[in-house]
Amino acid sequence: MKKVYINSIASISPQKTFDNTIFLDEITDYNDTVIFAQDPDYKQYIPPAAARRMAKGIKMGVVASKIAMEEAGIETVDAIITGTGMGCMIDSEKFVSAIIDNNEQYLTPTSFIQSTHNTVAGQIALGMECKAYNFTYVHSAISFESALLDAKMQLESDEAEHVLVGGVEELGEHTTKVHRLINHIKPEAVAISKVLNSKTEGAVFSEGTNFFVVSNERKESCYAELVAVETFNTLQKEKVSETIETFLKENNLKAAEIDVVVFGNNGDVDFDSFYNQLSEGILSKTQQVFYKHLVGENNTVSAFGVWLASKILKTQTIPEIVKINKINPSDIKTVLCYNQYRGQNHSLVLLKKC
Amino acid sequence: MSELKEELKAKIIEQLNLEDVSVADIADDDALFGDGLGLDSIDALELIVMLDKDYGIRLSDPKEGKKIFESVQVMADYIQEHRTK
Repeated sequence: MKKVYINSIASISPQKTFDNTIFLDEITDYNDTVIFAQDPDYKQYIPPAAARRMAKGIKMGVVASKIAMEEAGIETVDAIITGTGMGCMIDSEKFVSAIIDNNEQYLTPTSFIQSTHNTVAGQIALGMECKAYNFTYVHSAISFESALLDAKMQLESDEAEHVLVGGVEELGEHTTKVHRLINHIKPEAVAISKVLNSKTEGAVFSEGTNFFVVSNERKESCYAELVAVETFNTLQKEKVSETIETFLKENNLKAAEIDVVVFGNNGDVDFDSFYNQLSEGILSKTQQVFYKHLVGENNTVSAFGVWLASKILKTQTIPEIVKINKINPSDIKTVLCYNQYRGQNHSLVLLKKC
Repeated sequence: MSELKEELKAKIIEQLNLEDVSVADIADDDALFGDGLGLDSIDALELIVMLDKDYGIRLSDPKEGKKIFESVQVMADYIQEHRTK
């Protein structure tokens, strides 16, 4: 089996992360219940004629894919695989609203065409004229990891040499209202410095995209080796430690050998205990980092966790703003990412220095 | 008539998300497709729906659109003559 490398990364998030030359140097402070992605200059990347039909999620995905492709130094890929939990919400809401408002008459084509879950992957393929494998995984909080696993398997078996893989979510007004009604969004505004110790239910919701070029050939730009990806739809809280130890054992590692663990804490008082039991248990002596206080919660935000892990491995630095504890490992060789959402759809991603 | 033409220009800009285009940028005789505003077949479908919804004009033959959507002037003339609302 061939090894798999993350050769480039790109992130558009509520922080200024689209510039790969910096690493969370400037932090945008939020005190809100919903936070939006910071826009790069889309016109630099997308012709106006194409951009006019694209909602924010599509623009973010197309631009992030272009940044990732440019950094990897390649023109095309053997597969484009995306993950999205909610798909293109803005156009979906527009289309459904039009059906209701116009009594199922006068349905316009644009919002329908742009509302499918595969729209982002499709637009990327159209832009680079790539007729290769094109697939979108829609599986709640493990949508991105499902896409990553598909890419990894194709690369390991040499069915593909370079794969563009990413996750994307955009905020839709109506969907946000619904999430508020069911208390999945925090009832009160939370400052980023207070998210970790928040004592209320729900999360600060957000949008964003993260793309990666993964290859079975190590490039000069390489960030990390992608060693393992595993997902679990259901996992009891008391089984998480054991599951992680088994996952590590399968990769010839022990918990003590993990240099950095990237947790998906979102400040939800009902579910952060999934992480807290690890930070106080088998990973208590490991450098722990988190990121959802900076970029919020959405179905594919765990891809930001992989972005963060990749950056840490390549730069061998950990920004103070993401540290939960202060172990400060001198040589960072192995990083484990663990995420879950509302006690379901758990994922483990293991990366190594390349 | 000139009011209808201004209304049409505003609707075309809004409906088709023509960023960076203002009503003043569209001349009455500018071609909407091809070298003019550069609209395409998806835009044509949007305009057909707009005619039906806002002016009560249902095009039975989509090919008619090619002629009707030639310019704002031609569209306005057609709407003036056929509108039911």
